[in-house]
Amino acid sequence: MSDLTDLGVAAIRDGVRDGAFSAHEVAEAFNANVAKAKGLNAFIIDTPEHALAAADQADRDRAEGKLKPLSGVPLGIKDLFATKGYQTTAGSSMLGGFEPVYESTVSRHLFGAGAGMLGKLNMDEFAMGSSNETSAYGNVISPWRRSDGGNAALTPGGSSGGSAAAVAARLAPGVTGTDTGGSIRQPAAFVGITGIKPTYGRCSRYGMVAFASSLDQAGPMARDVRDCAILLQAMAGYDPKDSTSLQLDVPAWEASLSSDIRGKRIGIPKEYRIEGVPEEIDRVWEQGIAWMRDAGAEIVEVSLPHTRYALPTYYIIAPAEASSNLARYDGVKYGRREMPDKGGLADMYQATRAAGFGAEVKRRIMIGTYVLSAGFYDAYFNQAQKVRALIARDFEQVWQHCDYLLTPTAPSAAFAIGEKMADPIAMYLNDVFAVPASLAGLPAMSVPAGLNDQGLPLGLQIIGRAFDEQGVLNAGLAFEERAGFTARPESWW
Amino acid sequence: MADASVYRIQGATGEWEVVIGLEVHAQVTSNAKLFSGASTEFGAEPNTQVSLVDAAFPGMLPVLNEECVRQAVRTGMALGAQINAWSRFDRKNYFYADLPQGYQISQLYHPIVGEGSIEIEADGATKTVGIERIHIEQDAGKLMHDQHPSFSYVDLNRSGVALMEIVSKPDMRSPEEAGAYVRKLRSILRYVGSCDGNMEQGSMRADVNVSVRKPGEPFGTRTESKNVNSVRFIMAAIEYEANRQVDILEGGGSIVQETRLFDPDKGETRSLRSKEDAHDYRYFPDPDLLPLELTPAFLEECRASLPELPDAKRARYEEALGLSAYNAQVLTAEAETARWFEALLAEAALKAGKPETQVAKAAANWLISDLFGALNRLGRTVEDSPVSPAQGAELLALIGDGTLSGTLGKQVFEIMLETGQDPARIVEERGLKQTSDTGAIEAVIADVMAANADKVAEYRAGKDKLFGFFVGQTMKAMAGKGNPQVVNELLKKALG
Repeated sequence: MSDLTDLGVAAIRDGVRDGAFSAHEVAEAFNANVAKAKGLNAFIIDTPEHALAAADQADRDRAEGKLKPLSGVPLGIKDLFATKGYQTTAGSSMLGGFEPVYESTVSRHLFGAGAGMLGKLNMDEFAMGSSNETSAYGNVISPWRRSDGGNAALTPGGSSGGSAAAVAARLAPGVTGTDTGGSIRQPAAFVGITGIKPTYGRCSRYGMVAFASSLDQAGPMARDVRDCAILLQAMAGYDPKDSTSLQLDVPAWEASLSSDIRGKRIGIPKEYRIEGVPEEIDRVWEQGIAWMRDAGAEIVEVSLPHTRYALPTYYIIAPAEASSNLARYDGVKYGRREMPDKGGLADMYQATRAAGFGAEVKRRIMIGTYVLSAGFYDAYFNQAQKVRALIARDFEQVWQHCDYLLTPTAPSAAFAIGEKMADPIAMYLNDVFAVPASLAGLPAMSVPAGLNDQGLPLGLQIIGRAFDEQGVLNAGLAFEERAGFTARPESWW
Repeated sequence: MADASVYRIQGATGEWEVVIGLEVHAQVTSNAKLFSGASTEFGAEPNTQVSLVDAAFPGMLPVLNEECVRQAVRTGMALGAQINAWSRFDRKNYFYADLPQGYQISQLYHPIVGEGSIEIEADGATKTVGIERIHIEQDAGKLMHDQHPSFSYVDLNRSGVALMEIVSKPDMRSPEEAGAYVRKLRSILRYVGSCDGNMEQGSMRADVNVSVRKPGEPFGTRTESKNVNSVRFIMAAIEYEANRQVDILEGGGSIVQETRLFDPDKGETRSLRSKEDAHDYRYFPDPDLLPLELTPAFLEECRASLPELPDAKRARYEEALGLSAYNAQVLTAEAETARWFEALLAEAALKAGKPETQVAKAAANWLISDLFGALNRLGRTVEDSPVSPAQGAELLALIGDGTLSGTLGKQVFEIMLETGQDPARIVEERGLKQTSDTGAIEAVIADVMAANADKVAEYRAGKDKLFGFFVGQTMKAMAGKGNPQVVNELLKKALG
């Protein structure tokens, strides 16, 4: 029954409901794929028993006519989400062996909807990275390889690298990701899947290990738009335990899906045409524009004048918040502790944080500490807050001229492991198209658009108004129907 | 502002003036912590009142406790202060083992309460001390260094408890003024019910800012003595610190802006850290919390819930009840005293069937002289008084209607203190009732006169002073129960 793993979330849900197969069979099939795929290093821990238990419950619930929205659907959970009784590391050795006594709201919602957990997905340490190379648990290897005959190991993108690889390699029909500055969208684009970051506040951050609180947002990654709609619907919702969560009802996104976008205006922001971006990116963007026009949308050129300040603004605000959020990892209460002989409190702090954090996390803590320091606060952090407001205003103004924006998701296809690790600026540039929507808190989705000359997936990004996930999903569906993306990596793992 | 203080330090180079500002940290009265549901009760076993939020577990988020906001707003209103309908929380970042998050959530840039003031009386004058601001913030945990030979332990019960930091302007000029300010502030907080003011339990403590200058000159460099936890220590810290500064300046030195620690055992302050190695707290808006916006309805509810405050109450006692300034001051200084007095007054008026204004003076006098005297003797306060306001009112009524004389009243009161019994019952069971029965009194007088015929003769011959002797003899014969007024009248009549 290995072909069950070719099915997505909707197909599994419907198949279990209709009795085409049992949830148990589905869980077994995905558990087997996970077990076989160690070469990808997509999971930090496997939890086949959790997936099976949920599946068996789903089969019983079906017998009693009590099926839930995600009954029978096994998922991968990014290791940033606290899962009660299951190790939660955020990709860091600082939290090696840490088993929360609490459940994140997002995973609670998913499990409450009947989903099971296949395992905890590998990720960049504390979600800081664009290639999954900063994980303390090893690189995730993309299931994709270039068609040039070489066997260079490619990154799946990051920080939700394990999430992306798991879906692309059929280890899970759907997964959770988190997106602070593109961490759902860029990896989705790199491996040819769909991923949506909803409006800031849609999904509770309770129990999600914090990177940059004002930007962090959970979202689903899956094979297609419909699957994303189903998962997001289960994940989202107001949570009194998160003061920044939206007090809005969750719309019936799946039921309202429609690829009819005739008459909608799609904005093409001219500032997203950046010098030095490979020609293949422009080409796939032009192709996407043509598809949207074909779907009956009106294409308008628009301007987001502060776009070029978005990346530096992001790399001030996110590290600033991170430097404070990560202060709690000090060896005192939980997680790793390094206690030098005869050392005092300060020695313990230094040794613990020196050993527990990787290089990229340290770099960002230092950047963040610097931009918040006396004498630099106004020049950096305060200025960045002001620019952030201008970037948000750019979007407010652009919605007077269009309903959605269509842009590239990332400035390149997946790159090889090791290619950019020596140059943090080059790595940060990967987020150039993703961070403006993050800074403005807007819903944004990456959908697969096609393959480049080397046979690697490229994605395009659809950005919508705050709270208009439905519009983004609908435009994504119209795009998906025309793109007809069916490519998948051939198994070598 | 009346700058009446003449407190001066006499230095070798002349007089020095002391300039004092206080930052009082007051624990907000609330069942739960500022950002978590954990209990705030004092004295629990270590680490039994700690939520996942207080211990800063990964992914935990603060959720603001509205009751703490309400208490801060009510406090601001009681101080006549500006209430900021829009305020915000900031993170104050530093590492310490009693601070699980690695930052304290506080309000630096936009506090919830702005400028206000407090009227104090000190050094024989009335003075207004300005309030700069009040903000709300989290308390830290507590390190314990005596539990293990080589490790310190940490108790997080206090971690996350809500504090109000009440910052005065540098308006005080003497230790007495600072003491009066803290006592008045404490009194107001207790009236409002926003802080229990218990300095021994750490519910209230002050950072004391002190500088000195030659009168008329600009402010000098100040030092800050942290966490001083009694009025006496605050005054002692100021005195020590001001004299230390004068000595340094007159010796040709200069004052270093620094944080100091007051040692109550030695009565000294000592340097904790200088400005150079002061923390860089890297304050920034807490992204986990939305700005705090107060609605007009919420503000109205806070205002409506405020009790009558000590200054207003004192004015009313003087003007409407006709009490002396001294009595009004004594009765209003503590919320509990005023509450006790008002309960006594209401009962006394009811029992006497008279308006409160007509029984107020007697009630005030009895409370201040008799009750306070007894409580002092017993080492008790009105809160654990063995006599209730209703019992006190009953006693006053018995005196008022002539059932008891003043002397009998004191006797009955002593029995009440001992037994906790109602005065009417005591009077009844022990037959302590005063008699105004003229027939009975006349009979006693006749006996007294018969037994002292010589004295009667002397009196009638003009020795008026003997009248007191007859009163004494008559009262003695009646075991003190004769109505003194009636005894007087009848004696005059009988002696002619």
